[in-house]
Amino acid sequence: MALSIMNIALADDDADDRMLFEEAIGEIEIKTKLSLFSDGKQLMDYLTQPQAILPEIIFLDLNMPIKNGMQCLREIRQNESLLHLCVAIYSTSSSEQDIEETFVNGANIYINKPNSFGALKKAVEKALRLNWQYHTSALNRDNFLLRL
Amino acid sequence: MTLNIKFDYNFICKAILQEQLDNLGLEYTLQSLGEIKFKNKLTHTQRDQLCQAFGKYGIEILDNPQNVLVQRIKDAITELVNDSDKAKKYNVSTYLSDTLNYSYPHLSSIFSEVTHSSIENFIILKKIDAVKHLIMDKNLTLTEIAHRLNYSSVAHLSAQFKKTTGLTPSSFQRIIKKRKEKGITP
Repeated sequence: MALSIMNIALADDDADDRMLFEEAIGEIEIKTKLSLFSDGKQLMDYLTQPQAILPEIIFLDLNMPIKNGMQCLREIRQNESLLHLCVAIYSTSSSEQDIEETFVNGANIYINKPNSFGALKKAVEKALRLNWQYHTSALNRDNFLLRL
Repeated sequence: MTLNIKFDYNFICKAILQEQLDNLGLEYTLQSLGEIKFKNKLTHTQRDQLCQAFGKYGIEILDNPQNVLVQRIKDAITELVNDSDKAKKYNVSTYLSDTLNYSYPHLSSIFSEVTHSSIENFIILKKIDAVKHLIMDKNLTLTEIAHRLNYSSVAHLSAQFKKTTGLTPSSFQRIIKKRKEKGITP
């Protein structure tokens, strides 16, 4: 239960955003191992392999080609071996309707892509810490919602 | 049809522990929920068997004394948050140092080191978790909840809820209700 290494997945079709995210994660105190995917299909193919090491938290961009974030979220919540995973939506959309829809479909965290590196680092760090508390403490995961 | 059920976590945990320990034919006493005392020293095989039996229920055997202490801090906080009479009587730092026999600064530094978050933060998290439970499962009003969990006012409760979750209590309630209607459980 001490924080050793946290496995994280990010699916985002924008190469710059992936790079920034990787940098931000690298500067956080928590030790992490990050797997990157450039669209939703790649991510789902990885997660549904029988031997896959499942991440503690998945960051999902909403707008992606081939398979978008919302489709991934629905598939994850319908798959018995994946439905307990923590899903963080990571998107530029700040429409209240989008946000509520992702939560209703089972997202745990909604992060508005911040426009500064400092803010990104802070948001990701908060999401990771809180998720870790939910992993290691008797907190009710069904009610885990966080909007950043 | 739908049935509403309520859990007594302490009771469930105790029953599982006893069941698994009895299965392995070990002689033991349960000190508190987080501590089992064995009459004889466990062999390696017995320890492995126990690890496996507990693992099925997400129960972990802790090795590192720091982790053990953090777990006891969390348990004590949970107890305090769930017991409003106790919460009214004690302030948290005195309660923790009295029950765990360490100074509060010591507890606080170990906690931050292991969990990367502060005791104060954890208490807020625990309280907000209780608020969520009371909103959803007991249908209490915010005024009743604020009183029960020792918030000075409804405004303070709402503000802390918003700060911790990013959502207002009412939008939280709406989302969870819609989820239930759609049958989605993450």
